[in-house]
Amino acid sequence: MSYAATHDQHDDHHGAPKSFFQRWCMSTNHKDIGTLYLIFALTMFFIGGSFAMVIRAELFKPGLQLVQPYFFNELTTLHGLVMIFGAIMPAFVGLGNWMIPLMVGAPDMALPRMNNLSFWILPFAFILMLSTLFLPGGAPAGGWTMYPPLSLQGGSLAYVVFAIHLMGISSIMGAINIIATILNMRAPGMDLLKMPVFVWSWLITAFLLIAVMPVLAGAVTMLLTDKYFGTSFFNPGGGGDPVLYQHIFWFFGHPEVYIMILPAFGIISEIVPTFARKPIFGYKAMVFALACIAFLSFIVWAHHMFAVGMPLGADLFFMYATMLIAVPTGVKVFNWVATMWGGSMTFETPMLFAIAFIILFTIGGFSGLMLALVPADFQYQDTFFVVAHFHYVLVTGALFAIIAAAYYWLPKWTGNMYNEFWAKVHFWNSVIWVNVLFFPQHFLGLAGMPRRIPDYNVAFANFNMVSSIGGFLFGASQLIFIGVLIHCAFFSKKKAADRVWEGAKGLEWTVPSPAPHHTFSVPPVIHDEELAHGNVHA
Amino acid sequence: MGQQHDVYFVPAKSYWPIVAAVVMFIFMFGAGHWLNAEPGETGFGKSVFVVGVVGVLAMFFGWFRSVIRESLAGDYNQQVDTSFRMGMMWFIFSEVMFFGAFFGALFYIRMFSVPWLGGEGHGVLTHQFLWSDYTAAWGANGGNGPAKIGGAFETVPAWGLPLLNTLILLTSSVTVTIAHHALRAGHRGRILLFLGLTVLLGATFLYFQAHEYIEAYHELNLTLGSGVYGSTFFMLTGFHGLHVTLGTIMLAVIWLRVLKGHFSKDHHFGFEAVAWYWHFVDVVWLGLFMFVYIL
Repeated sequence: MSYAATHDQHDDHHGAPKSFFQRWCMSTNHKDIGTLYLIFALTMFFIGGSFAMVIRAELFKPGLQLVQPYFFNELTTLHGLVMIFGAIMPAFVGLGNWMIPLMVGAPDMALPRMNNLSFWILPFAFILMLSTLFLPGGAPAGGWTMYPPLSLQGGSLAYVVFAIHLMGISSIMGAINIIATILNMRAPGMDLLKMPVFVWSWLITAFLLIAVMPVLAGAVTMLLTDKYFGTSFFNPGGGGDPVLYQHIFWFFGHPEVYIMILPAFGIISEIVPTFARKPIFGYKAMVFALACIAFLSFIVWAHHMFAVGMPLGADLFFMYATMLIAVPTGVKVFNWVATMWGGSMTFETPMLFAIAFIILFTIGGFSGLMLALVPADFQYQDTFFVVAHFHYVLVTGALFAIIAAAYYWLPKWTGNMYNEFWAKVHFWNSVIWVNVLFFPQHFLGLAGMPRRIPDYNVAFANFNMVSSIGGFLFGASQLIFIGVLIHCAFFSKKKAADRVWEGAKGLEWTVPSPAPHHTFSVPPVIHDEELAHGNVHA
Repeated sequence: MGQQHDVYFVPAKSYWPIVAAVVMFIFMFGAGHWLNAEPGETGFGKSVFVVGVVGVLAMFFGWFRSVIRESLAGDYNQQVDTSFRMGMMWFIFSEVMFFGAFFGALFYIRMFSVPWLGGEGHGVLTHQFLWSDYTAAWGANGGNGPAKIGGAFETVPAWGLPLLNTLILLTSSVTVTIAHHALRAGHRGRILLFLGLTVLLGATFLYFQAHEYIEAYHELNLTLGSGVYGSTFFMLTGFHGLHVTLGTIMLAVIWLRVLKGHFSKDHHFGFEAVAWYWHFVDVVWLGLFMFVYIL
């Protein structure tokens, strides 16, 4: 290690280091670490997706055909954990890593080595968690929420608890890094209320992460001690209560839901103005709506537990607080629509995914409102309606936003344009099959089909078959995505301009494509008209 | 914000992060394998766990050594200092939330689950059907629940050792502040004296805490398995004790660094970070003293 007298300690001014190990395992570069995060997330997306394929294959027909019920439960549990902690969250952190320093004019993240540690914890955490599939006790099978007493009865709990501890450490460090970057590393003149909405969304998300990941760590630690060290937190015989776990878990779990959607809101708020060629409508309202949603997320957790037997007053409070969230969320949806209103729109793939997001996420939001109603929820609780709801907000919501972001910034990352034709093939296949996959699940749930079961009444056969067909084709469509990505990164002949999209604004478009290994080593000068949302003071 | 800096600082590549990830994995894998072993089975989990612990300690030592070297070489500018400060602040906030989960559990158990098991509340049938003879109470008369898990026990009286420990920790907060003022005034002797006192007070606290635990296990029959009373008592005070241990080690390291002359009047973030951490540990203790021992 050199201790040069300069303030810039980089020993690689002229680009990335040559050695593979040095570049990817010892990195302090936000772009390389962002790339690692994104590749990791994509890998986990396919692992979690393959679990989903087996689940849908088993549910293709009534009766047991492919897998044993216990293995089916292991798959539903791991599918949830892998997709949430392995795919969606790391993908957002990867996007944040890549884009936040570029968007605020910083040379890198505030704490680059910790950034590298945050990433490298993750592959190990998932090795620990997925290894349980091959261990004598089997993988956790009590659902991703790990409710006791069920979760205490399976084997391998210790591995999963420790894996979650590792993921929590990684998330907290990542979030601290993002907050420090945004608050401390902005270029002079990049005021808080001039930042892109994506950066705002990550600032608020990072706060949520630091606030709730330790609470999850506490909850799973209590599971651990209840199982292995004889404590009674969740044992009524000893004065505890299994419902206590649900309260602590969902105090984490509900903000976690917004951790997985607020950065998506930020992405859509970048893409829609670009392709509508208009500044975002109501910039400040968008920022305040994000903050409102984050605040409300802390006081609505028990709407996941209406059927558990809480006092009526609690049910009512959580119902009304939950419905309140529709207000700031409505502000966001209307502002996206208003941004498009009267714009000169074009429909490149990122915009197509963004528009699909707005429509389909809103469907997921509406089914959320239905679930928020206590009397209705007594009917919907633990049915496929819930499954349909959260897949609309997470697949057509969070995942579509991530894919939109990938297409939007891919030319900036690789320097090449992706193939627009195949990207559109990917889009139309995704958007059609995802609805064939999840829309019938609403009807299944309303008709009373419970979630997390490998077998069901023959009355549910038709819709399940339709859903499974949609599932297989949606899964297959994602292979097109891989093809487009590989083609763009390695084979595309079409070079991207610095300002990849005609209407794109923001600092990230002022650097060359592909973005050089180091950017903004000297703080850039900010011109207000460069910023994505125009002059907010006007 | 507009910091005064011409060039940003980005640290050089380092192998410590990947080393940290590997040793943490070894640590966690060993712990998991150890706990998961069948009863009576001697797995390799324990040895892997020990290797992991040693690895984590070595990693901390090595990583901090390289950071201290860079700091002494004057590599870190004002902006880096601010990033470190923010990092420490938000780390302490995450710790607050961690303790919050356990305090929340304590409050829920005392306000809801124990009274409900005793028959309070509307439509709660557990009491009626399973334990109709249970009278809700905290402490020795029912804190281990209707099944009296762990058997009869007595509680640790608040006004003995816990009070003494409260005074010790409060005093240590004062001494660390005096040391900080001395650092800013440049009185090295006074820093060493008061920082040393702080370390000793921390160690004394831990000694008394260990004494209290031994007494609880051997004389009061109050154990981790004494129902929820034992669970909340030992988990809260245990995690706090762990943090005091860490804090004391950190203070001792800072004392050594003062001895080596690592800190200057206006450049001593390491000292301040540890002082913040110590105050945080102190505040948590006040909460514990209030809600675990007195009430």
